[in-house]
Amino acid sequence: MVEQLKQIAADVIKLAQEAGATGVECNVSQGEEFDAQVRRGEVEQVKESGSRGAGIRVLFGRNTGSSYTSDLTPEGLRMMVRQAVDLAKITTEDPHAGLPDAAELGQIAGDLQLASYDLDGMEAAAKIALAQRAEAAALSFDARITNSEGGSFGSRISRHAFANSLGFVGGYETTSCSISAVPVAQHEGRMERDYWFHSARGVGQLESPEHIGRRAAERVIRRLGSRKVPTQQAPVIFEPRVARSLLGHIFEAVNGDAIYRRASFLQDKLGERVASAAVTVVDDATIPGLFGSAPYDDEGVPSRRTVVIEKGVLKSYLLNTYTARKLGMKTTGNASRGLTGNASIGQGNLYIEKGAPSVAELLRQAGTGFYVTELMGFGVNAVTGDYSRGASGLWVENGEIAFPVAEVTIAGNLKDMLTNIEAVADDLEFRGAVASPTLLIGGMTISGT
Amino acid sequence: MTVADSFFGRKFGLTGQDLASFLSEALSRGGDYADLYFEYLSTTSLSLDESIVKSATQGVSLGVGVRVIAGERTGYAYSDDLAPEKIRQAARVAACIASGPTKVETAGFTSAAKHDLYPVLNAPADVPLSERVKYVLRADEAARAADPRVFQVQAVYLDAIKQVMVATSDGVISTDRQPMARMNVFVLAREGNGTPQRGSHGGGGRVDLDFFTGTHSPEAFAKEAVRQALVQLKASDAPAGEHVVVLGKGWPGVLLHEAVGHGLEADFNRKGVSAFSGRVGQQVASELVTVVDDGTIHSRRGSLNVDDEGTPTQRNVLIENGVLRGYLQDRLSARALGTSGTGSGRRESYQHIPMPRMTNTFMLAGQDEPEDIIKSVSRGIYCATFGGGQVDITSGNFVFSATESYLIEDGKIGRPLRGATLIGNGPEALKYVSRVGHDLALDEGVGICGKEGQSVPVGVGIPTIRIDKMTVGGTAR
Repeated sequence: MVEQLKQIAADVIKLAQEAGATGVECNVSQGEEFDAQVRRGEVEQVKESGSRGAGIRVLFGRNTGSSYTSDLTPEGLRMMVRQAVDLAKITTEDPHAGLPDAAELGQIAGDLQLASYDLDGMEAAAKIALAQRAEAAALSFDARITNSEGGSFGSRISRHAFANSLGFVGGYETTSCSISAVPVAQHEGRMERDYWFHSARGVGQLESPEHIGRRAAERVIRRLGSRKVPTQQAPVIFEPRVARSLLGHIFEAVNGDAIYRRASFLQDKLGERVASAAVTVVDDATIPGLFGSAPYDDEGVPSRRTVVIEKGVLKSYLLNTYTARKLGMKTTGNASRGLTGNASIGQGNLYIEKGAPSVAELLRQAGTGFYVTELMGFGVNAVTGDYSRGASGLWVENGEIAFPVAEVTIAGNLKDMLTNIEAVADDLEFRGAVASPTLLIGGMTISGT
Repeated sequence: MTVADSFFGRKFGLTGQDLASFLSEALSRGGDYADLYFEYLSTTSLSLDESIVKSATQGVSLGVGVRVIAGERTGYAYSDDLAPEKIRQAARVAACIASGPTKVETAGFTSAAKHDLYPVLNAPADVPLSERVKYVLRADEAARAADPRVFQVQAVYLDAIKQVMVATSDGVISTDRQPMARMNVFVLAREGNGTPQRGSHGGGGRVDLDFFTGTHSPEAFAKEAVRQALVQLKASDAPAGEHVVVLGKGWPGVLLHEAVGHGLEADFNRKGVSAFSGRVGQQVASELVTVVDDGTIHSRRGSLNVDDEGTPTQRNVLIENGVLRGYLQDRLSARALGTSGTGSGRRESYQHIPMPRMTNTFMLAGQDEPEDIIKSVSRGIYCATFGGGQVDITSGNFVFSATESYLIEDGKIGRPLRGATLIGNGPEALKYVSRVGHDLALDEGVGICGKEGQSVPVGVGIPTIRIDKMTVGGTAR
């Protein structure tokens, strides 16, 4: 199947070259998805389908045009090429536009273990049963769990091919599957919900549905009886699920697109201390099996490991060919795009290296503070670093969990937050392409009553 | 109109007989209801950065989604190939949700009633690209000319035409041509070598290119984006804690979208997992508050002639004088709750299962002079513009982030504040509304709402209102 997609990409390249394009990139993808939702034990939704698409980007000198289609017939592909060629006529010449240097193209060797085939031939009923078991485990955990938004099982197979007019042709297949549970608990007339999930390349690597259901249940139960706390300055602890969002903000700020536009709070900081010495941030798309891994990036440059922040010092931005040229640097193999268009920047597996203390030790170090288990809203400005988000979680007193907190905000500036990371715990675990251990951040403003 | 004369009939040779046979296939294993959603979407996007038109993209995506409902169960499958055997195959997959004898036979189709809310004659998609690209160039020029402190400008122009056709096993067919156009301008400004500040503005709707003139011209959008960035250059930290909050007219209506809108979507209420579940008839806001969701406003971004299940949209009163009146229904929820639909079934594309969603959500105007509302506040926060928001519909807690706000002192608007997040609880927050202005305005037409991974265009609106108590997330005292 991947071979067929590679052939389509190669054919499209040829068509565009015949139309006079001096540079061409083509993506072709095809996928199949299965999703089942159950609620209170009953099947609620089953969705099963496949789709495909192709995208092209052409260069006429330094002018670009892009188009896409879901019609992979020869006529559909010809129309796509024609559209992109026409669009190149209305764009402006961009001195930095172009394909990567031929010498930079390639892919890493070895089996990245991106696909598992234990889903092959698995009956829908068996998949649905996994969702039912996860939900049942959550519902039976505690009498206060009175309702449910359900359990789910999903699986996906995706196949990609990419080719360019410099002779690069690549293709690979990935699989993934996941189980989730979303229980609802009730206490004194107020309801709370929470969720837990796990994703893996194959069913055999998934955590048991019972484990997922119980974790979801524990999380929702501990939210019951929450209150607001008075407005104050206090240390906050980000649990891993929440700490990942902080990595997202770091990613936005080291993203080459933000850097060349001077739209980042980490502008001009290469080689400088930007975080506490406890913080090392790595982007690595070469770790077998993980969701951020791939043999090459979305313009055919081999994947690699890049240290972004080392012991608090900013070491590298994350770049594609275009942003690297703008900045007079080298691509870091972080090109990313959908089916078409100019490449943007994407992460591989982006993570904060784990530290020494356990989570319990970290809570003791905090003494009194706010253990944040959920953040809400979009109040983060990557240009200035200003940070203000809704939060809920648990209040910590004398290093112990005291009571649940909700309907408050935490605010500060990302520059200070990174510098004030006082401790990084030892609980790094990849549940997706972005991962962080538990973090202790000193002195944020909590806004409540 | 016969199926053969429709867009899909002409382009793909589909007939009424074909549709009936696909629906029979979908119900071949039983089930109460089936429908087909055909979609043909063509899009254009042009983007400018650093005064260079760096990207121009066009494309087409098309397909059909087949849905089978059996009780409260839904089977769904789609195909991006409109060949009859592929559609039939999708119908067979969707049919697997049911188990029983075939019971419904679709004999023929009648056309559904529908509005005519966006009779766009000169669709942007029919205007030459060389004309459309001028809009981003003009925005760039205007933003750079507006103030020397502006050092980065990005401008994006998007348009789309979506052709849809819904055929149901009840024998109803509806077709619609849904145009959309939108522009956004983003700028960065700075004082010397100081911290840059951003500003953004834009607008759009189900409109033709004439829309982008006057107050909606690229120049007007650019100037407003620059004005916002310049205000931010002077902003200082927002105070933390509970404050009196005044919301300006227009886009701050996003408060209603988060605080009450999502919580009133019927799927959550059918399942009893919303903070508003079981509260119809109860007081959930002050008596001054009436909230409406209206999909029938002419040429608005959130408007639809028919929803994505073929039901004509309507004006739905959600909260009337503070009392909760009803929920937003799709077919499945209306059927399960034994009530009628509200034309609120929407989906992102043929690859997605429809669910209850908002269209244009706003609060009706009150009696107060907007200036008097500001004057009534001895100390508080005035919020003029917002970014996005989010809600946990079960606890009812919601947040939304101010991108332009000011301190109010002694009844006067004072110094500008840095972005602050406001947080509240849906069924409680609107009980503190003590003043409602007469200046209802809808937003400029750039809103996108996300739910369970599906994005749809929406609108919001609100008059100037005063809320006596809300928590503001700042860093200052």
